[in-house]
Amino acid sequence: MKNLLTAGLFLALLGQSAWAAFDVGSLMADLARHPGGKAKFVETRFLAVLDKPLKATGEMTYIAPDRLEKRTLTPKPELMILDKDLLTLERDKQKLSINLASQPQALAFVDSIRGTLAGNRAALERNYLLHLAGTPDKWVLTMLPRDQQMASFVLRIVVSGSGSQMRSIEYLQADGDRSLLTIEPVDGR
Amino acid sequence: MKSSPLRVLLLWLLAMLVGGLIAWNSRFSADMSFFLPAEPSAEQQVLIEQIKEGAVSRLLMLAIGGGDAEKRAAASRDLRQRLATQDAFVSIQNGETSHLDQDRDLLLAHRYLLSPAVTPERFTVAGLHAAIGDSIDLLASPAGMLFKPFLTRDPTGELATMLAGLGSASQPASRDGVWASRDGERAMLLVQTRAHGADTDGQEAAIRSIRSAFAETRQALGADGLSLQLSGPGHFAVAARAQIKQEVLLLTSISSLAIIAVLFFIYRSPRLIGLGMLPVLSGALAGIVAVSLTYDTVFGITVGFGAALIGEAVDYSTYYFMQSGRLGLNGWRQRFWPTIRLGVATSLCGFGALLFSGFPGLAQLGLYSLAGVLTAALVTRFVLPHLAGPVAVTNTPQPLLKFMESGLDGLSRLRLPVLLLAVVAAGWLINQRDQLWHPDLSALSTVSEADAQIDGELRADLGAPDSRYLVVVNGADQEAALQAAERTGRHLDRLVDAGVIGGYDSPARFLPSRASQDQRRAALPESAVLRQRLTVALADLPLSAQRLDAFVADVEAARKAPPLSRENLAGSSLALAVDSLMLQRADGWSVLLPLHPRIDGDELSIPADQVRAALAGSDGLFIDMKAEFDALYSDYLSEAIRLSLAGVGAVILLLAVSLRSPQRLTGVLLPLLIAVVFVVAGLHLLGQRLHLLHLVGLLLIVAVGSNYALFFDRSARQGKPDPETLSSMGVANLTTAIGFGTLSLSSVPVLKAIGLTVGPGAILALLLAAMFVPRGTNR
Repeated sequence: MKNLLTAGLFLALLGQSAWAAFDVGSLMADLARHPGGKAKFVETRFLAVLDKPLKATGEMTYIAPDRLEKRTLTPKPELMILDKDLLTLERDKQKLSINLASQPQALAFVDSIRGTLAGNRAALERNYLLHLAGTPDKWVLTMLPRDQQMASFVLRIVVSGSGSQMRSIEYLQADGDRSLLTIEPVDGR
Repeated sequence: MKSSPLRVLLLWLLAMLVGGLIAWNSRFSADMSFFLPAEPSAEQQVLIEQIKEGAVSRLLMLAIGGGDAEKRAAASRDLRQRLATQDAFVSIQNGETSHLDQDRDLLLAHRYLLSPAVTPERFTVAGLHAAIGDSIDLLASPAGMLFKPFLTRDPTGELATMLAGLGSASQPASRDGVWASRDGERAMLLVQTRAHGADTDGQEAAIRSIRSAFAETRQALGADGLSLQLSGPGHFAVAARAQIKQEVLLLTSISSLAIIAVLFFIYRSPRLIGLGMLPVLSGALAGIVAVSLTYDTVFGITVGFGAALIGEAVDYSTYYFMQSGRLGLNGWRQRFWPTIRLGVATSLCGFGALLFSGFPGLAQLGLYSLAGVLTAALVTRFVLPHLAGPVAVTNTPQPLLKFMESGLDGLSRLRLPVLLLAVVAAGWLINQRDQLWHPDLSALSTVSEADAQIDGELRADLGAPDSRYLVVVNGADQEAALQAAERTGRHLDRLVDAGVIGGYDSPARFLPSRASQDQRRAALPESAVLRQRLTVALADLPLSAQRLDAFVADVEAARKAPPLSRENLAGSSLALAVDSLMLQRADGWSVLLPLHPRIDGDELSIPADQVRAALAGSDGLFIDMKAEFDALYSDYLSEAIRLSLAGVGAVILLLAVSLRSPQRLTGVLLPLLIAVVFVVAGLHLLGQRLHLLHLVGLLLIVAVGSNYALFFDRSARQGKPDPETLSSMGVANLTTAIGFGTLSLSSVPVLKAIGLTVGPGAILALLLAAMFVPRGTNR
């Protein structure tokens, strides 16, 4: 029994060491090779104040390295475009543009998704402590905000994916609310 | 004229004394009023008010450069605190967000009186269902994060509705929690002064306070590397005044010294020079007195024009001293005075035409010169001879006389080539006529290019409002004005929906009329009713009615709340917005509704026709400030053309009546016409775009230049020009050219244009007159 456990531990260690080459750097290099593309998304928000989760669906388009479009189709059409540091939000014929360069916390928030898509390690590490687990085929990248003010807003961001494709991103807010965004590539990449 | 010399002298001294007193007590100004119409239309009235006292006219933009971002941010905070304690400033914004919380809390606290979405329908079961459903949908959006904390208090989303109405005024960039320039290298602040934009003293004091507060900040932080840059309408006014003050002194000194040097070369007698300046001083004083008594305020630019007046007014004493020596006083009065009188009269025609201008600056220049020239001529004729006594013959240096005489012969041989050249130049100008003129009022602006560039940079960094488009509504009292603003606002809402404009500001957003407040309050149901409706409305929504106690309590409180007044907003930037958009006038209140262009439009302009069409039937008056400025300028320009033509017409008429000979008239006018053509061609060749002051300069070439042509004409009838006429004209011409030419050194565009035109024009007029005036028996 004891031997079995030792063997198991050993195997586990072996497994770990077999993938020792997989680290944040190589993940970022993989991600950076992703040229962008279109994906469907489902975003689920779990809010304490509501009796059941909110679900939004739509399409996302990423054009490397710094343009991201998120087109929500349900429950209400909405378009969010992030082009470099300019965030534009269109909803009900209302249009809102924010230059994120002036909003460090919002920029950090946005960089979590954009930095991951672009494989921009420097951008991510500027705002977060990174922790990577898993294999190149199934990885989980956890980000913890460095900044106190940022941490009072979002506790943890967990991105998972396989290869150069991001699959989901989860935000855990300080008040316990959480949102999960899952991504399904349209063109099979 | 048998009055005793002593009496004349005493009368003159008395007049000078009174004049001096009046001038001493005159109000001098260097602000924009120089350019603003004397009898404005309703639209122009708004333009003037905005320039003189509008909120935008009271904005100063500050940039702190040098050091590092952290130091700059610390300095920005420190400076804001220092200025906030001073009464001279209404607001100091530097991007610190603490005051935004106050604004948000105010909006939230009064939301049921402020939100335009509050109607009886919104509080029915269906209305609540729709509104709360929308709020929940909003939570699914990235923007929802901002509103989540308020969901249970404000489930119908009034805060979101109000913020959406405010539009997306872009915020400056930010570094270390305070505003920064786009490149992050400077910390930015926006200051609103209490002093009006037109109150140059107040603006100067405010700017001084800012600079000394910044010096204290620098010392307190031990940050010597930091520097302060500042711009805004107030800064321009202060700088312009200082510049004009300095230039008036400089230009008049240059002009007087140069002219005195010329006179010294001729007279070699300090006494004669002193006497020669008497008509000039009298003229300059009379000019200021006339302007001061007529207009109440004397513009600095008008005084600067004195440099030119010196050159023109000194001519009369020059004529007297150089011409009367041989003939004696009476001979001079008989032979020369009539010609001089005619010359004075033509000059008066030129300056007098400007009196009718609706451009107050131009009218002042006209009056100043008119009074100045007339006084100088009269003093020369009636006072100077008594003071000077018999004048010794002034001998023009022989070589000079020789040179002039041989020059005359040479000149007349050039007639044909010059005539041909003039035809070519005229043809070229006709061909180039579309590129001759400067298209807008900015040509007259005293703001230097460097200052304008700094201003442009700061403005872009801050995204400061330029308030180009405005809708103005009026009301007998505040309530009526606010109601009118709300009615007009509904017209504007349709334009926003149609995407014609991006948005608009209205004080009624933060201070609705009592009528609207009462309507909204009446739309709120009682607690029991509201609870009942909520239960039904929320049946199929993921939010349960039990969580909304805060909402029910807030609605109940709003039902009993007293009306919202300006005092409730005190100290917030909402109060600032209300104050800057509402003007109290003698006959009631005006409300300004600034319009914003669509952000995504290629051009940041608004289709004026569509706005006017949409406002038809409302009391709103649409104003495009830039179009108003352009229209104002083109009004001035066409008026200046009319006045110049009238002035030239008057000169021609006067000459025709006096000369009584078409041939002589042509001989006098032809050189003037050619001089004008050459001057315009020369300016165009030098790349100068002509504006209306150049045009005025051309009028003055005709008015002043005709003096020379007249002397040649007179001499021509008596054979060849005598040495006295020739040399006195040479000197008079030189001093006139120096006087006007000095103005071309000015950096004030109004003065520079006149200088560049009349200076060379006067010399050309003399040469051409010598060339073209027919000579009876020339040698």
